[in-house]
Amino acid sequence: MKILTGNDLATGDVVWWTGTGWSIHVDDAIDVGDKGEQIGKAEEAAQRVNVPYVIDAARDGTAVRPAHIKDRIRALGPTVRLDLGLKPADPTAGNWVI
Amino acid sequence: MYAYDQYDQAMVDARVAEFRDQTARRLAGQLTEDQFKPLRLMNGLYLQLHAYMLRVAIPYGTLSGRQMRMLAHIARKYDRDYGHFTTRQNIQYNWIRLADAPDILADLASVEMHAIQTSGNCIRNISSDQYAGVSADEVTDPRPLAELLRQWSSFHPEFTYLPRKFKICVIASEQDRAAMRLHDIGIELVKKDGEIGARIFVGGGMGRTPMVAPEIRDFVPFGQVVSYLEACLRVYNRYGRRDNKYKARIKILVHELGADEYRARVEQEFAQMKTLGLDPPLAELERIAAHFAPPPYETGLSDAIDLSDRDFAQWVSTQVKPHKVPGYAIVNISLKPIGGIPGDASSAQIDLMADLAERYSFDELRVTHAQNIVLAHVRKADLPALWKALEGADLATANLDLISDIIACPGLDYCSLANARSIPVAQKIAQRFADVGRQQELGELKLKISGCINACGHHHAGNIGILGVDRKGVENYQLLLGGSGAEDVALGQITGPGFDEDGIVDAVEKATDVYLANRTEGERFVDTFRRIGMAPFKEALYA
Amino acid sequence: MPELHSLRDGGEAAELPAVTLEAFAGQSNATAVRIEPGEDARELLPHLDRIALVEVNFPSFGDGRGYSAARILREAGYAGELRAVGDVLVDQIRHMVRCGFDSFAPDQPLDSALVEAVLGRFPGAYQKTVDGIVPIWAKRHGVSHG
Repeated sequence: MKILTGNDLATGDVVWWTGTGWSIHVDDAIDVGDKGEQIGKAEEAAQRVNVPYVIDAARDGTAVRPAHIKDRIRALGPTVRLDLGLKPADPTAGNWVI
Repeated sequence: MYAYDQYDQAMVDARVAEFRDQTARRLAGQLTEDQFKPLRLMNGLYLQLHAYMLRVAIPYGTLSGRQMRMLAHIARKYDRDYGHFTTRQNIQYNWIRLADAPDILADLASVEMHAIQTSGNCIRNISSDQYAGVSADEVTDPRPLAELLRQWSSFHPEFTYLPRKFKICVIASEQDRAAMRLHDIGIELVKKDGEIGARIFVGGGMGRTPMVAPEIRDFVPFGQVVSYLEACLRVYNRYGRRDNKYKARIKILVHELGADEYRARVEQEFAQMKTLGLDPPLAELERIAAHFAPPPYETGLSDAIDLSDRDFAQWVSTQVKPHKVPGYAIVNISLKPIGGIPGDASSAQIDLMADLAERYSFDELRVTHAQNIVLAHVRKADLPALWKALEGADLATANLDLISDIIACPGLDYCSLANARSIPVAQKIAQRFADVGRQQELGELKLKISGCINACGHHHAGNIGILGVDRKGVENYQLLLGGSGAEDVALGQITGPGFDEDGIVDAVEKATDVYLANRTEGERFVDTFRRIGMAPFKEALYA
Repeated sequence: MPELHSLRDGGEAAELPAVTLEAFAGQSNATAVRIEPGEDARELLPHLDRIALVEVNFPSFGDGRGYSAARILREAGYAGELRAVGDVLVDQIRHMVRCGFDSFAPDQPLDSALVEAVLGRFPGAYQKTVDGIVPIWAKRHGVSHG
């Protein structure tokens, strides 16, 4: 599937398109099909996102797993400081990234 | 160290106001990202893998306890309680909000700090020797000239939209502790007929096409350094390539023109530019140099150090270096604890180092391009107390220039440019070689890791270098041997096919085994490699 | 037709047809010429007294070659109008003025209030260049020439 990502302009947070808005959790991302670029442009013009782009991902149950390790690190946090990432209490978080 | 006068403070304050206005216009939608990006880069603000990243300048790597404390404050108030010291003597914060950036710059300005030109296609932080002012082998302290050039390069109207970034380094000794020959412009201060002047090298760099800078001029008197550099930069601004981002550094221009032609064009510009009154009077350099006068060293101090505590003795043997003043020593603080993140320091550690600098080193610290910290003026009598304080904060690892003193870029864990993670590799290697005795047996072994070809980890200049690549979506690591960023500058040679994360650690170990099996008396790793060549290493690695 | 901003006395901005550098060489009566980024401004040096307007093109604001062209012309004594045209944004105006530009024909309109704010923001300058400002190092040592 294709998912749309970007950053929040003011905070810099990594965000994912949910279909209606932007979430910091990649599991909330929806499949944008071939509409990603179009949605991104509109959202950027409305200042709701900064530098949006489309990446590959796959559904994994209720979870969404970006295809490339770089995007998984971006989704969760640095593998060497998972305490600073989005799931600091989850001991399996590192495995999900790698 | 340098202290701002009212002119310097006014310029930094104006810069803060300028960026505050630019940020407000961006947030209000009056500037697009394309228009804003170069402006925020010129204030050190990147949009990076996790958030905005701010790179704060530490001019020529020197700062005071008060400034160090502000860096800790920024980490606590605006970031996640730590900072990362870089291979250009700066500090980076990884979790910055754009909305906070103007306030952060204002906080920095209150202690005479800034993030001016730490990114962008302009002249960057001018780096220097971490032992400046205290090493017996220097011709003079290189930092006054570095400060003069910092001011000259700040908001330079002609050179703010160069083809690419521009990095300058100033040293003042034959021994090169700052990788000077691998800079866009490297300056070595030398003495000629009793006069001190600048020997100028242009066109060094790492990245995709590493090159050692050739000498362009053997001597420029202090009174003409600024107009000479203006000529060098003007030729680059006019003729540097702008068609291809990966061919836009001055090293490509010098290489494609040839050093002789580049020199000729510079001399042509210089002939005219030196007549325009661009050079500050020598009195200005002297004014700056007065700030770098030696601190009030005590006399009659003992040179004796009680080495009966084994751990203390171990630390002294690696971290403590000779000082030109009797009774004093240079102390290296390692930011490379085994299994830690190279160059990272928590806000508590940063505060502690500030306190220790005030107490034991005339309130001055240096950041090295190897991502460590130096206290340059410590009384030998204070070494035991200093060591105890460092030990309590995990800052007393005894590994300077040993294999676990790894230079590593942030890599794929932090950087959107990266192809592979570098920090876990550094951690695994350090853990493999954790045994102190084993490290000392191997001796001087500078290991440098980059997570991509941009080479921020200086892997080309490592005795052992590691380059992370993306091999069909999987992280892979190439091994290089025989590089050096010192005065015996050389670019590392790639051994052959790459390895996975566990494989590269084994490969490093095999390379060290080959060294131990073949070395002669007194040979460092890099010396043995130069003598026996790649073949024995290749054989062991790919058997 | 892009709006002209002029910092010249009286706000004047010449409305002259600017020929290319190549064409200028062959036209003894042309008084306005336009330089592209890769061209050599020094080709104009023998003709400075008959030129009233030099336009320097910035196809992209990130291409900084025009700053060198401008400064070179002023260093050689050119006193006519020196105009930055193209992708000229308010955040580059101060550097442009410091390099000798005194008028602007930007692709996108400039906000005059912003231009004024930008020009007045920095109280001094670290470098001596062609704009007449006495650099900070000179002020420190009582060297008064600008």
